[in-house]
Parts: sequence; C-alpha cells; structure tokens
Amino acid sequence: MIPAPFEYVRAGSAEEAVATLAEHGDEAKLLAGGMSLLPLMKLRLATPAMLIDVGRVGELSYVRDAGDHLEVGALTRHRDLETSELLAAQCPPLRTVAAEVGDNQVRHRGTIGGSASHGDPASDLPALLLALDAVFMIRGPASERTVSATEFFRGFLETALEPDELLTEIRVPKTPDAGFSYEKFQRRAQDWAIVGAMAVRNGSTRVAMVNMGGTPLRAVAVEEALAGGASIEEAAERAADGTEPPSDINATPEYREHLARVLVRRALEAASG
Amino acid sequence: MQVEITVNGQAQGHDVEARTLLVQFLREVLGLTGTKIGCDTSSCGACTVLVDRESVKSCTMLAAQADGAEVTTIEGLASGDELHPVQVAFHEKHALQCGFCTAGMVMATVSLLDEIPDPSEREVRLGLEGNLCRCTGYHNIVRAVLEAAQAGR
Repeated sequence: MIPAPFEYVRAGSAEEAVATLAEHGDEAKLLAGGMSLLPLMKLRLATPAMLIDVGRVGELSYVRDAGDHLEVGALTRHRDLETSELLAAQCPPLRTVAAEVGDNQVRHRGTIGGSASHGDPASDLPALLLALDAVFMIRGPASERTVSATEFFRGFLETALEPDELLTEIRVPKTPDAGFSYEKFQRRAQDWAIVGAMAVRNGSTRVAMVNMGGTPLRAVAVEEALAGGASIEEAAERAADGTEPPSDINATPEYREHLARVLVRRALEAASG
Repeated sequence: MQVEITVNGQAQGHDVEARTLLVQFLREVLGLTGTKIGCDTSSCGACTVLVDRESVKSCTMLAAQADGAEVTTIEGLASGDELHPVQVAFHEKHALQCGFCTAGMVMATVSLLDEIPDPSEREVRLGLEGNLCRCTGYHNIVRAVLEAAQAGR
C-alpha cells in the first residue's frame, strides 16, 4: 500500500513549520514520526496534498525541569521518554506509559506531540495527559496559546489544534511520589488497548480511561465517589457511568463497560499499594 | 525528490517520488529484497531495518524521512562470509521455520541488544513484541537472542 501523491517539505524549525502551514492551511499536514499519519495515508483515509516534515526540528525534543513542573518538547520520542532519568525521578507515570506505546520500532519513531495531536482515544499517552492535567503549548501564525488537557481532546481524532497551528510543548506536573498504575487490556502485546484504565494517587485521586469513547476520558464518577469516601470497589462500579464506548471487532460496548469497571478497580488497587 | 541514504555502508543517491516508502526504496530501487513486506500496516515487523542503529518498520517510514541517515538491512550484517553473532545464534538455535519473519527478527534483535546488552528472557519477549512469527517459533527465537547476548559479552 502506497500513499496518494503529495508534496514533501522539510521544516528546519518550529517557526518555519508554522509559516509553511500558514501558507498552505487545510491542504497540509504536519509529519512527526509518522506512526499514526502514515498508516492513515497508506489506507487512503488521509490524503493531504502536502506533508511538512517536522521530524528533525531538534529544538522541540527535550525533557526539562521547570521548577514545579516538567516541560516536554512535542517532538520528544517515546524512546526518549522511556529512557529519561528526569522523568524516572520526577514523573514516573509518563515514563511508564511511554514504555507501553506500540513496540520498540514504534517508540523509536513516534513522538508525544504526534500522539497527542492525532487524538486517538485508543492511544495510551492522551489518557495519561488528561489524568495529569497536562498543559499544551500551541503556536499559530500570529501568537502562542495554552490549552488544558480537558479542552485539548475534542472528539474522535479531533483536538483543539487549528489547521495552521503546531503543538510545541506539553507541561506535566512533577509527581515523584504519586501512586500510579496503568491497566492495559489487549489481545496481543503490541496492540492498542481494548480498554485501558489508569489511576494517579497524589493526595487526590485521578482516574482516566483509554478507548471508552470518542476521546480519552476522566472517570469523573469514580473520582467523586472516592472523594466522598467510597471504597475502591464501590467507586470502581461507577467507571462506565456516562460513557458511550465504541463497538468493534474486539468488543461490544457492554463488554467494554465491564472491562472499565474491572480495570479501574485494579488500577486503583495497584496505585494504592 | 532527491534522497541520499547510506545503505549498508554505501552512499545511495536516487531521485524518488515523495511518497516512496523506505521499504520500497530498499527492495525496488536498490534490489535489497532481504527485507520483507508482511502486513504492510506496521504490525508484523517483517520489514524491520536499522536507521541510525535503531530498529524501525520500513513500511511505515518514507524514504524522504531517512534522507541523510545510515540504514542497515539484513544484507549488511555479515562481514564477508562471517555471519553476525545474531545470525549465528539464529542458525544454531534453529530460530526459524519458514523464514519469512527472520530478517525482521534478526534486525529487531540487533537493535534490542544494542540497547539492552544482557537482557532477561522477559526483556527479550517484550523487546520483540513488534515482530510476529506465524510459525509460532518464538521459543527458539528467544533462546537465540539470549545466546547472542551471551556471545556478545
């Protein structure tokens, strides 16, 4: 399978990428590692007239200590997150979840910004960014803006990014001592989660779910139940409240609801251990 | 567009369509057919090659993205008649049946051992999760990787 023809341009900097985007707007797509976009193009589900390759914009590949939070460049590869000593010390959940993405080959190419921009509810990192209340730094032709994780993920493969904007950085809180667990249910080791659940316990408890709707989701009912004094078992029973999980070859919505309740309970138990 | 890629130590400059996949470049432009196309959807790992020493799935990378990089395929592992230690271990442990996944398995293994020189059995199994063997020959493959790691020590 070969993508439909397109024009290929390589951007040398974030500034150049944004300028080229501004010129070509809707017709152009940004290419980072290509782990999500290229399969879509090969299946002809996406047929952009132009690819702007930002894969070599080295200035957007970093993990930095910024006092009370960490700054992660949008083009930081999963492999670099997985092996980052700063993340291991200051935000272990991000390191752990990055290591769960795809397989070694995918993690050698794929980037955190690419995964977030793709906005796939079945992906691992978007749910964690939601659970961590990450902040997204976005650069457009005229200005920069920041968007919270709750506002960033809008719908299935849809984010707050406008066609002429580039995600440049993701900020995550330091969570060196947080209890954390990611329960990923899949049929084969490298697959997307049929359902995934993660819990971050850091004073309060945050629970996020993978593949339970059009976007990554916070299990709000579970969080409220816990805050109100419910036990883990009682709270986890509410994991599927208000969700509309998808139906596909792997699972019916009812099965996904069942998985959500079980996986949220396991994640909470493991994060409390 | 013009791409310049060093493949198995040799500089290769070619004019290709922007949409040319790295695996097409290797197989069709250079005639290096050791790299296989299996699922064509970045699931099976048969097309695994090294780009700047790291394993990637060449069916899901553009040749343009490898411009300026060093690519190693299965053809570039042996030096003359002397097989690479990973190839030797696959041979000795009979880590293949039909052989279709083998080139990808070997390349993924070279990258894995580069990153984790002395892996546990679990690390080997996790490290090769991106490579499928339809003959279900995984046990011997894992034995071969562990043997290659020991040989490299």
